Amino acid sequence: MTVKRLMDRIEAEELTNDMNLDRKIASGYVCDLLSWVMARGQEGSAWVTVQTHMNVVAVASLHEMACIILPEHIQMEDAPLRKAEEEGIPVLSSPLSAFEICGRMAAAGIPAPDR
Amino acid sequence: MSLYYDLHIHSCLSPCAAEDMTPGNICGMAHIKGLQAIAVTDHNSARNLRACCESARHFDLLFLPGIELCTREEVHLLSYFPTLEAAEEMGRRCLELLPPMKNRPDFFGAQIVMNAQDEEIAREDALLIGALSIGFSEACALVRSLGGVPVPAHIHRMNGAIQMLGFLPPEDAITAVEVKEGDFVPEGYRVLRSSDAHQLSDISEPLYTLQGSTAADILDYLKRNH
Repeated sequence: MTVKRLMDRIEAEELTNDMNLDRKIASGYVCDLLSWVMARGQEGSAWVTVQTHMNVVAVASLHEMACIILPEHIQMEDAPLRKAEEEGIPVLSSPLSAFEICGRMAAAGIPAPDR
Repeated sequence: MSLYYDLHIHSCLSPCAAEDMTPGNICGMAHIKGLQAIAVTDHNSARNLRACCESARHFDLLFLPGIELCTREEVHLLSYFPTLEAAEEMGRRCLELLPPMKNRPDFFGAQIVMNAQDEEIAREDALLIGALSIGFSEACALVRSLGGVPVPAHIHRMNGAIQMLGFLPPEDAITAVEVKEGDFVPEGYRVLRSSDAHQLSDISEPLYTLQGSTAADILDYLKRNH
Protein backbone atom coordinates (compact mmCIF):
# COMPACT_ATOMS: atom_id res chain seq x y z
CA MET A 1 0.00 0.00 0.00
CA THR A 2 1.41 3.39 -0.97
CA VAL A 3 0.91 6.68 0.89
CA LYS A 4 -1.23 7.90 -2.00
CA ARG A 5 -3.60 4.94 -1.81
CA LEU A 6 -3.82 5.17 1.97
CA MET A 7 -4.84 8.83 1.64
CA ASP A 8 -7.95 7.76 -0.29
CA ARG A 9 -8.79 5.11 2.30
CA ILE A 10 -8.65 7.53 5.21
CA GLU A 11 -10.04 10.56 3.31
CA ALA A 12 -6.84 12.49 4.04
CA GLU A 13 -5.44 15.65 2.48
CA GLU A 14 -1.73 16.31 2.20
CA LEU A 15 -0.45 19.30 4.18
CA THR A 16 3.09 19.14 2.74
CA ASN A 17 3.80 19.99 -0.91
CA ASP A 18 5.47 18.11 -3.75
CA MET A 19 6.21 14.97 -1.81
CA ASN A 20 6.73 11.49 -3.19
CA LEU A 21 3.44 9.77 -2.33
CA ASP A 22 4.39 6.50 -4.02
CA ARG A 23 6.40 5.41 -1.00
CA LYS A 24 5.34 2.01 0.35
CA ILE A 25 3.91 1.79 3.86
CA ALA A 26 5.48 -1.08 5.83
CA SER A 27 3.36 -0.80 8.97
CA GLY A 28 0.94 1.34 10.96
CA TYR A 29 1.55 2.93 14.35
CA VAL A 30 -0.29 5.24 16.74
CA CYS A 31 1.17 7.06 19.77
CA ASP A 32 1.41 10.63 21.07
CA LEU A 33 4.23 10.34 23.56
CA LEU A 34 7.26 11.27 21.48
CA SER A 35 9.80 9.68 23.84
CA TRP A 36 7.92 6.40 23.39
CA VAL A 37 7.94 6.70 19.61
CA MET A 38 11.64 7.63 19.62
CA ALA A 39 12.36 4.33 21.38
CA ARG A 40 10.00 2.14 19.34
CA GLY A 41 9.29 3.72 15.95
CA GLN A 42 10.04 1.70 12.82
CA GLU A 43 11.18 2.43 9.32
CA GLY A 44 8.34 2.75 6.82
CA SER A 45 5.57 3.24 9.42
CA ALA A 46 2.50 5.38 8.82
CA TRP A 47 2.34 7.17 12.19
CA VAL A 48 -0.90 8.56 13.58
CA THR A 49 -0.49 11.33 16.20
CA VAL A 50 -2.33 14.40 17.49
CA GLN A 51 1.01 16.11 18.25
CA THR A 52 2.11 18.80 15.79
CA HIS A 53 5.32 20.05 17.40
CA MET A 54 8.48 20.32 15.29
CA ASN A 55 9.85 17.32 17.21
CA VAL A 56 7.26 15.06 15.53
CA VAL A 57 9.04 15.63 12.24
CA ALA A 58 12.41 14.92 13.84
CA VAL A 59 11.18 11.63 15.32
CA ALA A 60 9.56 10.54 12.02
CA SER A 61 12.77 11.41 10.19
CA LEU A 62 14.92 9.54 12.73
CA HIS A 63 13.01 6.33 11.95
CA GLU A 64 12.56 7.09 8.24
CA MET A 65 8.82 6.73 8.57
CA ALA A 66 6.57 6.69 5.51
CA CYS A 67 4.25 9.49 6.63
CA ILE A 68 2.72 11.37 9.56
CA ILE A 69 -1.09 11.28 9.86
CA LEU A 70 -2.95 13.90 11.92
CA PRO A 71 -6.50 12.79 12.85
CA GLU A 72 -9.69 14.83 13.30
CA HIS A 73 -8.83 17.69 10.90
CA ILE A 74 -5.76 18.70 12.95
CA GLN A 75 -3.52 21.11 11.06
CA MET A 76 0.23 21.69 11.42
CA GLU A 77 2.08 25.02 11.47
CA ASP A 78 4.28 26.13 8.59
CA ALA A 79 7.68 25.63 10.21
CA PRO A 80 7.28 21.89 10.90
CA LEU A 81 5.64 21.40 7.49
CA ARG A 82 8.62 22.98 5.70
CA LYS A 83 10.93 20.81 7.83
CA ALA A 84 8.90 17.71 6.87
CA GLU A 85 9.30 18.61 3.19
CA GLU A 86 13.05 18.97 3.72
CA GLU A 87 13.15 15.55 5.38
CA GLY A 88 10.92 13.96 2.74
CA ILE A 89 8.14 12.96 5.15
CA PRO A 90 4.59 13.60 3.88
CA VAL A 91 2.21 15.02 6.50
CA LEU A 92 -1.46 14.11 6.06
CA SER A 93 -4.60 15.37 7.81
CA SER A 94 -7.68 13.18 8.02
CA PRO A 95 -11.18 14.05 9.26
CA LEU A 96 -11.36 10.61 10.93
CA SER A 97 -10.43 9.78 14.51
CA ALA A 98 -7.18 7.95 15.25
CA PHE A 99 -9.27 4.86 16.06
CA GLU A 100 -11.02 4.93 12.69
CA ILE A 101 -7.78 5.62 10.80
CA CYS A 102 -6.08 2.63 12.43
CA GLY A 103 -9.15 0.47 11.81
CA ARG A 104 -9.10 1.31 8.12
CA MET A 105 -5.33 0.76 7.89
CA ALA A 106 -5.71 -2.68 9.47
CA ALA A 107 -8.65 -3.52 7.18
CA ALA A 108 -6.48 -2.56 4.20
CA GLY A 109 -3.89 -5.13 5.30
CA ILE A 110 -1.29 -2.77 6.79
CA PRO A 111 0.37 -4.72 9.63
CA ALA A 112 1.61 -3.63 13.03
CA PRO A 113 5.37 -2.94 13.18
CA ASP A 114 7.64 -5.98 13.25
CA ARG A 115 8.91 -6.72 16.73
CA MET B 1 25.15 34.59 47.80
CA SER B 2 24.11 30.95 48.06
CA LEU B 3 20.40 30.45 48.62
CA TYR B 4 18.54 27.32 49.64
CA TYR B 5 15.54 27.32 47.35
CA ASP B 6 12.32 25.66 46.29
CA LEU B 7 11.10 27.18 43.03
CA HIS B 8 8.14 24.89 42.35
CA ILE B 9 5.35 25.13 44.92
CA HIS B 10 1.59 25.02 44.30
CA SER B 11 -0.80 27.12 46.35
CA CYS B 12 -4.45 26.41 47.10
CA LEU B 13 -5.27 28.09 43.78
CA SER B 14 -4.17 24.89 42.02
CA PRO B 15 -7.11 22.50 42.22
CA CYS B 16 -4.79 19.55 42.83
CA ALA B 17 -3.06 21.23 45.82
CA ALA B 18 -4.14 20.94 49.46
CA GLU B 19 -6.41 23.72 50.70
CA ASP B 20 -3.98 24.57 53.51
CA MET B 21 -1.37 25.64 50.93
CA THR B 22 -2.16 29.24 51.82
CA PRO B 23 0.35 32.08 51.27
CA GLY B 24 1.13 32.27 54.99
CA ASN B 25 1.48 28.51 55.44
CA ILE B 26 3.72 28.10 52.40
CA CYS B 27 6.04 30.93 53.42
CA GLY B 28 5.99 29.90 57.07
CA MET B 29 6.91 26.33 56.20
CA ALA B 30 9.66 27.49 53.82
CA HIS B 31 11.03 29.66 56.61
CA ILE B 32 10.91 26.86 59.19
CA LYS B 33 12.68 24.52 56.79
CA GLY B 34 15.46 27.06 56.33
CA LEU B 35 14.85 28.00 52.71
CA GLN B 36 15.83 31.46 51.51
CA ALA B 37 14.21 31.65 48.08
CA ILE B 38 10.87 30.33 46.90
CA ALA B 39 8.63 30.51 43.86
CA VAL B 40 4.93 29.78 43.88
CA THR B 41 3.96 28.28 40.53
CA ASP B 42 0.28 27.51 40.18
CA HIS B 43 -1.13 25.89 37.07
CA ASN B 44 -1.78 28.52 34.38
CA SER B 45 -2.58 31.32 36.83
CA ALA B 46 -0.90 34.15 38.74
CA ARG B 47 -3.80 35.03 41.00
CA ASN B 48 -2.16 34.05 44.30
CA LEU B 49 1.25 35.53 43.57
CA ARG B 50 0.60 38.98 45.05
CA ALA B 51 -0.48 37.51 48.40
CA CYS B 52 2.40 35.02 48.42
CA CYS B 53 4.89 37.77 47.60
CA GLU B 54 3.67 39.88 50.52
CA SER B 55 3.75 36.90 52.84
CA ALA B 56 7.27 36.01 51.68
CA ARG B 57 8.43 39.53 52.59
CA HIS B 58 7.10 38.98 56.09
CA PHE B 59 9.25 35.85 56.43
CA ASP B 60 12.26 37.50 54.76
CA LEU B 61 12.19 35.07 51.84
CA LEU B 62 13.32 35.99 48.34
CA PHE B 63 10.19 35.53 46.21
CA LEU B 64 10.27 34.75 42.50
CA PRO B 65 6.89 35.15 40.73
CA GLY B 66 6.14 32.09 38.61
CA ILE B 67 3.50 30.09 36.77
CA GLU B 68 3.51 26.45 35.71
CA LEU B 69 2.21 26.56 32.16
CA CYS B 70 0.72 23.53 30.43
CA THR B 71 1.38 23.79 26.70
CA ARG B 72 -0.71 22.36 23.88
CA GLU B 73 1.52 19.25 23.90
CA GLU B 74 0.72 18.90 27.63
CA VAL B 75 4.29 19.77 28.54
CA HIS B 76 4.60 21.40 31.96
CA LEU B 77 6.71 24.52 31.55
CA LEU B 78 7.73 26.58 34.57
CA SER B 79 8.01 30.28 33.86
CA TYR B 80 9.71 32.79 36.16
CA PHE B 81 9.28 36.55 35.90
CA PRO B 82 11.21 39.61 37.09
CA THR B 83 8.10 41.31 38.54
CA LEU B 84 4.64 40.46 39.82
CA GLU B 85 3.20 42.61 37.03
CA ALA B 86 4.94 40.56 34.34
CA ALA B 87 3.71 37.31 35.90
CA GLU B 88 0.18 38.72 36.18
CA GLU B 89 0.27 39.70 32.52
CA MET B 90 1.22 36.11 31.71
CA GLY B 91 -1.67 34.99 33.93
CA ARG B 92 -4.11 37.12 31.91
CA ARG B 93 -2.79 35.60 28.66
CA CYS B 94 -3.32 32.14 30.17
CA LEU B 95 -6.99 32.89 30.85
CA GLU B 96 -7.47 33.66 27.15
CA LEU B 97 -5.64 30.49 26.15
CA LEU B 98 -7.36 28.04 28.50
CA PRO B 99 -10.05 25.72 27.16
CA PRO B 100 -13.56 27.04 27.93
CA MET B 101 -14.17 24.70 30.85
CA LYS B 102 -15.38 25.60 34.31
CA ASN B 103 -13.83 24.04 37.37
CA ARG B 104 -15.83 21.33 39.12
CA PRO B 105 -14.53 21.67 42.68
CA ASP B 106 -16.13 18.35 43.72
CA PHE B 107 -14.12 16.56 41.03
CA PHE B 108 -10.91 18.59 40.53
CA GLY B 109 -10.66 20.44 43.86
CA ALA B 110 -11.15 24.06 44.91
CA GLN B 111 -9.27 26.95 43.27
CA ILE B 112 -8.97 29.46 46.11
CA VAL B 113 -7.67 33.00 45.68
CA MET B 114 -6.29 34.50 48.91
CA ASN B 115 -4.93 37.71 50.34
CA ALA B 116 -1.75 37.97 52.38
CA GLN B 117 -3.74 37.52 55.60
CA ASP B 118 -4.71 34.02 54.42
CA GLU B 119 -8.31 35.07 53.85
CA GLU B 120 -10.21 33.73 50.88
CA ILE B 121 -11.10 36.60 48.53
CA ALA B 122 -12.37 34.70 45.47
CA ARG B 123 -12.59 31.36 43.70
CA GLU B 124 -11.27 30.95 40.18
CA ASP B 125 -14.05 29.64 37.91
CA ALA B 126 -12.00 28.67 34.87
CA LEU B 127 -10.53 25.17 35.13
CA LEU B 128 -6.81 25.85 35.50
CA ILE B 129 -5.39 22.40 34.82
CA GLY B 130 -6.22 22.20 31.12
CA ALA B 131 -3.69 22.63 28.32
CA LEU B 132 -3.23 26.14 26.91
CA SER B 133 -3.86 26.54 23.20
CA ILE B 134 -0.24 27.47 22.49
CA GLY B 135 2.60 25.13 21.68
CA PHE B 136 5.81 24.69 23.69
CA SER B 137 7.89 26.92 21.41
CA GLU B 138 5.33 29.75 21.34
CA ALA B 139 5.00 29.54 25.11
CA CYS B 140 8.80 29.89 25.54
CA ALA B 141 8.73 32.94 23.24
CA LEU B 142 5.79 34.50 25.10
CA VAL B 143 7.47 34.06 28.49
CA ARG B 144 10.67 35.68 27.16
CA SER B 145 8.73 38.56 25.61
CA LEU B 146 7.51 39.41 29.14
CA GLY B 147 11.08 39.33 30.50
CA GLY B 148 10.71 35.84 31.97
CA VAL B 149 12.68 32.60 31.75
CA PRO B 150 11.04 29.32 30.65
CA VAL B 151 12.22 26.25 32.57
CA PRO B 152 10.77 22.84 31.56
CA ALA B 153 9.47 21.11 34.70
CA HIS B 154 10.33 17.55 35.82
CA ILE B 155 11.66 16.85 32.33
CA HIS B 156 11.85 13.04 32.54
CA ARG B 157 8.51 12.49 34.26
CA MET B 158 4.88 12.54 33.14
CA ASN B 159 4.18 15.85 31.36
CA GLY B 160 7.93 16.54 31.25
CA ALA B 161 9.37 18.01 28.06
CA ILE B 162 11.59 15.03 27.31
CA GLN B 163 8.87 12.50 27.89
CA MET B 164 6.26 14.34 25.82
CA LEU B 165 8.53 15.73 23.08
CA GLY B 166 11.33 13.15 23.04
CA PHE B 167 14.06 15.76 23.52
CA LEU B 168 14.41 19.46 24.29
CA PRO B 169 13.73 21.32 21.01
CA PRO B 170 17.12 22.91 20.13
CA GLU B 171 15.46 25.88 18.41
CA ASP B 172 13.98 27.01 21.73
CA ALA B 173 17.46 27.46 23.30
CA ILE B 174 16.40 26.25 26.73
CA THR B 175 19.00 27.24 29.37
CA ALA B 176 17.62 25.64 32.54
CA VAL B 177 15.64 22.52 33.42
CA GLU B 178 14.04 21.02 36.51
CA VAL B 179 14.80 17.40 37.36
CA LYS B 180 13.44 15.13 40.05
CA GLU B 181 15.72 13.53 42.62
CA GLY B 182 17.59 10.58 41.12
CA ASP B 183 16.79 11.47 37.51
CA PHE B 184 19.42 11.86 34.81
CA VAL B 185 20.92 15.35 34.74
CA PRO B 186 21.53 16.58 31.19
CA GLU B 187 24.78 18.50 30.58
CA GLY B 188 24.89 22.13 29.54
CA TYR B 189 21.85 23.34 31.49
CA ARG B 190 21.27 25.09 34.77
CA VAL B 191 19.55 22.45 36.86
CA LEU B 192 16.83 23.12 39.42
CA ARG B 193 15.74 20.51 41.92
CA SER B 194 12.50 21.81 43.35
CA SER B 195 9.73 19.96 45.12
CA ASP B 196 6.57 20.45 43.01
CA ALA B 197 4.91 20.50 46.45
CA HIS B 198 1.14 20.15 46.51
CA GLN B 199 1.06 19.87 50.31
CA LEU B 200 3.03 21.59 53.05
CA SER B 201 5.10 18.58 54.06
CA ASP B 202 6.45 18.24 50.51
CA ILE B 203 8.16 21.64 50.45
CA SER B 204 11.92 21.10 49.97
CA GLU B 205 14.44 20.62 52.72
CA PRO B 206 17.50 22.92 52.52
CA LEU B 207 19.52 20.64 50.23
CA TYR B 208 20.17 22.56 47.03
CA THR B 209 21.43 26.08 46.46
CA LEU B 210 21.54 28.62 43.68
CA GLN B 211 23.40 31.91 43.40
CA GLY B 212 21.91 35.37 43.74
CA SER B 213 20.40 37.91 46.07
CA THR B 214 17.49 39.30 44.02
CA ALA B 215 14.84 37.88 41.68
CA ALA B 216 16.74 39.47 38.79
CA ASP B 217 19.92 37.62 39.87
CA ILE B 218 18.11 34.29 39.86
CA LEU B 219 16.66 34.94 36.41
CA ASP B 220 20.15 35.86 35.15
CA TYR B 221 21.53 32.69 36.70
CA LEU B 222 18.86 30.60 34.96
CA LYS B 223 19.47 32.33 31.62
CA ARG B 224 23.23 31.78 31.62
CA ASN B 225 23.68 28.10 30.97
CA HIS B 226 27.21 26.77 31.23
